[in-house]
Amino acid sequence: MTPPSWFMALSAVLFAIGVAGVLIRRNVIVMLMSIELMLNAVNLTFIAISRALGSVDGQVIVLFVITVAAAEAAAGLAIIISAFRNRETVYADELNVMRW
Amino acid sequence: MPLGLFIFLAAIAVLSALGVILQRNPVHCLLALVLTLLDMAVMFIGLGAVTVGFLQAIVYVGAIMVLFLFVIWLLNLQAEDRGGSRQLALKFFGVVGAAVLIAELFVFLVKAPSPAGMNHPPPLFGSIASLAGALFTNYLIAFEATSLLLLVAVIGAVALARHPAAAGSLSPAQGAQPVASGGSEARPVTPEHKAGGMG
Amino acid sequence: MLIELAIAAIRAIVMLLLVLNLSAILLWFERKGSALIQDRIGANRASVLGLGSRLGLPNFGLVNTLLADPIKMFTKEDFVPDGADHFLHGLAPFLALFPVLVAFAVVPIGDSVTIAGHSFDLVPANLNDGVLYILAAIGIGVYGTALGGWASNNRWALLGGIRASAQMISYEIAMGLAIVALIATYGTLSLQTIVREQGGVWFGLLPRWGIFIQPVACLLLLTAGMAESKRVPFDLPESESELIAGYYTEYSGGKQAVFMLTDFAEVALVAMLVTTFFFGGWQVPWLYRDGFHLAGAFVALPYWAVVVMGVISFWIKTVFFCCLQILIRWTLPRFRYDQLMRFGWKLLVPVGLLNLVATAIVVVLAGS
Repeated sequence: MTPPSWFMALSAVLFAIGVAGVLIRRNVIVMLMSIELMLNAVNLTFIAISRALGSVDGQVIVLFVITVAAAEAAAGLAIIISAFRNRETVYADELNVMRW
Repeated sequence: MPLGLFIFLAAIAVLSALGVILQRNPVHCLLALVLTLLDMAVMFIGLGAVTVGFLQAIVYVGAIMVLFLFVIWLLNLQAEDRGGSRQLALKFFGVVGAAVLIAELFVFLVKAPSPAGMNHPPPLFGSIASLAGALFTNYLIAFEATSLLLLVAVIGAVALARHPAAAGSLSPAQGAQPVASGGSEARPVTPEHKAGGMG
Repeated sequence: MLIELAIAAIRAIVMLLLVLNLSAILLWFERKGSALIQDRIGANRASVLGLGSRLGLPNFGLVNTLLADPIKMFTKEDFVPDGADHFLHGLAPFLALFPVLVAFAVVPIGDSVTIAGHSFDLVPANLNDGVLYILAAIGIGVYGTALGGWASNNRWALLGGIRASAQMISYEIAMGLAIVALIATYGTLSLQTIVREQGGVWFGLLPRWGIFIQPVACLLLLTAGMAESKRVPFDLPESESELIAGYYTEYSGGKQAVFMLTDFAEVALVAMLVTTFFFGGWQVPWLYRDGFHLAGAFVALPYWAVVVMGVISFWIKTVFFCCLQILIRWTLPRFRYDQLMRFGWKLLVPVGLLNLVATAIVVVLAGS
């Protein structure tokens, strides 16, 4: 059997990869994907702890995280489309003026 | 979960997560993310969270990622050019910051009091009945708040992504459009892939 | 341990072979059936060394569709267009086929049997969350067609891929609502348990099939399932008068054959789901574990005969619904794209929601 700390180590690695993705990529859509990656890394911790404690609460929280991620993706992508219409770009370094 | 299976799944997860942030074509990034999410779903199921694992596959992979795919196609995004020399400092500090974060999280996890280990969970652990029992008693208010959040997100997404020209003459038919196709009439899709731009 | 592994492997392989053969036979049935509907003769030329005509048998086109066509398909040049994404272009057909084939793993084809002291159900994998598993498999199936369209570097193919994914995630909602109403009725997610619940009769005559409790959900599932399989009248993603062949415009040879196989496997999957959820799966009307009971009359049967009759009844119902889908496919004209979306979002989804609410009220009232 795998000890819970191994899952948390994997979760830490995935979370850091997500952070690195947000920092080094220019494409806003890929940044959003990296955020999804971070959310999932946290989900893995919840599920592993939920199993280790034998409690179902962690799984319920993961359900909420998935739902909020759906809302976040819908709103975030709508903002990206709207920004692309005005600025013709999805690169973060070209979206540097906070007005249309 | 047996150790061998964990190592196999963890290797796939890390490699595909690296694929998300290192590939230049957004569609390839998305596919790598889909692989990561499915890998996570398998890991959830292996940890006894069967329902959550399947819901991850249905909601994340089957719906949210398809929405990303739509937007990538709608905006006709091509692969980024390789000469990304402009933000070199940010990239350098990004990698260093991620490495520091990994080290920090590891220290925390080693110091943190770890549960005794994987004892045998109760029967029906992770089944839809046990989840619903918690969801509709202890978490009822959070559940209702989440439904409200989803409603707000849907309305907000439609309002944001609607084309400005169509804003004045919003017919009932347009208002009821699904989120996924909320802006699909606005901009013609030009599906030209550059031969050199494909990995 | 080894015997259990072997049994599991045999169950999976038998199911896979049954499904693949059913798909091939459906291909033959579709070609001859469409010829019948359109007053043509259909495939009738190919034969092996002229054996059929020497023996004086009429040619039913079986050699054409089951032998000659596959040989032709798989020996054609595998063409990849200029500027296409080679890896994804090759991966996409299998990404479409694989989720459909794995979905069959939880469909029960018979009651439980005991061989050499091992008792097991006639279902490749008797999951407790079988319904969720099927929904997940169908959801992942979107990627094959979508990426096939994108990776081809072709406008028609991309339009077909976008249409396919939009259509599939739209109709998945109606499909999910129909299935959720059914789950609320039976209170379980295991397909084998759902089928067991459908045994027995009401009023001494009417079999306890799901269609009599959830007729609306049955229609919803059949309609949404046909839309998921992307065939006429829902074949907007591959409508040849607008998009050449949609997402598989740029596919030839073996890869196109895999896409076609996916179509027929989806037809078989929808037929099996409708059978399992609403028409009693392997249940035979008035047949119990010890024999027939009908209006006081009783015919005793050994248990193995009951199981065999159950399996046969499952396949008869499945083939019936496959044929029904093929009949609809050759009868109705194609929707327009806005009609398709309006039908899905403004008719099927609200009807599914109302059905779900009504089911929930009845379940709560019946429970209290």
